[in-house]
Amino acid sequence: MFLAVRELRFARARFTLMGAVITLIAVLMVLLSGLSHGLVRDGVSGLQELPVTSLAFSHGVARDAAFTRSVISLDTVESWSRQPGVTQAAPFGSALINARSSSGVEIDLALFGVEPGSFLAPKAATGSPLGTADGIVVSRTAADAGLRLGDTVTVDRLGTRLTVVGVLAEQHTFGHVDVAYLPLAAWQAIHAGAGPGEPVPDRARQEITAVAVRGTGVDLAAGDAAAGTESMTLSESYGASPGYTAETSTLTLIQFFLYLICALVAGAFFTVWTIQRKHELAVLRALGAPIGYLLRDGLAQAMVLLLAAATVGIGAGIGLGSLVGEGVPFALDVQAVTVAAALLVGLGLTGAAVAIARIAAVDPATALGGNR
Amino acid sequence: MNTHTETTRQASRPDTPGPAHQDGLIMRDVTMLLGDGEDTVRALDSVHLTVAAGEFAAIVGPSGSGKSSLLAVAGGLAAPDSGTVTIAGRPMTAASRRARTALRRDLVGFVFQSGNLLPALTAIDQLRLPTRFASPGAVGRDPMDLLTEVGMAGKADRRPHQLSGGERQRVGIARALVTGPRLLLVDEPTAALDQARSRDIVQMLARETRQHAVATVMVTHDTEVLQYCDSVYEMMDGALSKK
Ligand SMILES: Nc1ncnc2c1ncn2[C@@H]1O[C@H](COP(=O)(O)OP(=O)(O)O)[C@@H](O)[C@H]1O
Ligand SMILES: [Mg+2]
Repeated sequence: MFLAVRELRFARARFTLMGAVITLIAVLMVLLSGLSHGLVRDGVSGLQELPVTSLAFSHGVARDAAFTRSVISLDTVESWSRQPGVTQAAPFGSALINARSSSGVEIDLALFGVEPGSFLAPKAATGSPLGTADGIVVSRTAADAGLRLGDTVTVDRLGTRLTVVGVLAEQHTFGHVDVAYLPLAAWQAIHAGAGPGEPVPDRARQEITAVAVRGTGVDLAAGDAAAGTESMTLSESYGASPGYTAETSTLTLIQFFLYLICALVAGAFFTVWTIQRKHELAVLRALGAPIGYLLRDGLAQAMVLLLAAATVGIGAGIGLGSLVGEGVPFALDVQAVTVAAALLVGLGLTGAAVAIARIAAVDPATALGGNR
Repeated sequence: MNTHTETTRQASRPDTPGPAHQDGLIMRDVTMLLGDGEDTVRALDSVHLTVAAGEFAAIVGPSGSGKSSLLAVAGGLAAPDSGTVTIAGRPMTAASRRARTALRRDLVGFVFQSGNLLPALTAIDQLRLPTRFASPGAVGRDPMDLLTEVGMAGKADRRPHQLSGGERQRVGIARALVTGPRLLLVDEPTAALDQARSRDIVQMLARETRQHAVATVMVTHDTEVLQYCDSVYEMMDGALSKK
């Protein structure tokens, strides 16, 4: 570090410029991480909050539309609950609706029909749990949007009236829409298109979207074979949320390129820096500096630069992130940012290391005869 | 300062056989080819050279005759094709690259044409750096004492670009001596200096050579300064002869 820190100080203009580039990359990385995490939260937090390990949909359903297209028979719940390793199995219904609240707010909702009292029934933070026939328990974000306890929500076209009886503590959204839990029977009526007072066909009383399964070491293929269903693990089911795969893959691609850019920029900088110092390095080698000493010194220098720049960038990114408006899906996750920062520094260091490795090839004999 | 070894080493003159030769540089039948194919140059052609501790040897010769090559081989920067080099009784030529680096670190000091100081370091740090990677147990010299000795104590905190050519060369000499080397290799130290300063620098080298009982080999173009040297050799097409 003896030489490294002195060089950092002496060539501070160059290192500051380089540090600024890494800082900007780190800012971008934090913002992308927040956006990415925000989009994930917006897209599938309702699923993430489900206490299930897998979901069994109808056989052959389109994977990316399973939550809206799948229809299976209520009997399959029985079949699944008998599978080895399954501790809980319960019917699950889902539907996307447009609605209007009694206070005039237009609201889109993802209806999750569950049996009150089943393991799927949510725990309301305020108000009461699911129970009354038309009572719904909504995501915290719906309350943020203006929905209040006791408000009535009217489903468009059908005219079905639902009452907000509880609000959840966390964000529960699905496909960027707030989740409203409701009793399975109410969900079946809406799913069958039966308005208030209209009879619900018996067939519809036998229909659900999926079997929600909780267990350990469950053989999904065997369960599917027995029940005639098609299972997805909970995380696989995220891909069935509208737009989820496209959004996350786009952001992942951008982040991938950002890491690549960081590695290349660091590599390019330290390549030029090492070549510029070639004669000095030859002199140092002539003076008896071991290659290992010079490599360690160079890597320490890169490490200081990357860590300092990443720290400033992450700080600035978090600061900027806090200014992001309400409507933007932006959520910073400590773990995600930590992993991203480690990747950024790690890949930057890898790029630098490749460049710094040239030190080993410097011929000490070139220290002589070189006029400077 | 180690006055005891100084006096014992100072007593031995270049031409007197004895242990002093063992302390210095011995090159035996050293040949080195450079370049490849048709362009192969015999940079060193059966070179024999013995420089005792406390002896100040000069090498003159036209450009391209192999003077720098001789210094490179003597200091273990390059390996010869045949022949042997020993410094203070330690064989240089048999050693691996890593071992040569270690021997260089412990036994050899280099002074380059224009100092070749590191631009980021102050004068005092130029001297501290070699002590950072010195072998454990190595007895170096105090950087500030040495700077004082070469008359640079007042400019210890200046960087190379704030020093004159002669001052840079003084710092370069002090840096070469800070690890307490047994062999000092000096490549055209006065190439960038005027006559008065050249004389200064060479006198300083002569003084350090004797005071610290180092074997010193200096390559020079400058016949003016040969008067300060104990022995003078001439290099011609890779062959070395005593003048
Ligand atoms: N790396 C090299 N490859 C090929 N030939 C070289 C190399 N370095 C030096 N030479 C040649 O070796 C000879 C001796 O060079 P050098 O020792 O630098 O001479 P001097 O220092 O006396 O000017 C010259 O002919 C030079 O052109
Ligand atoms: Mg030369």
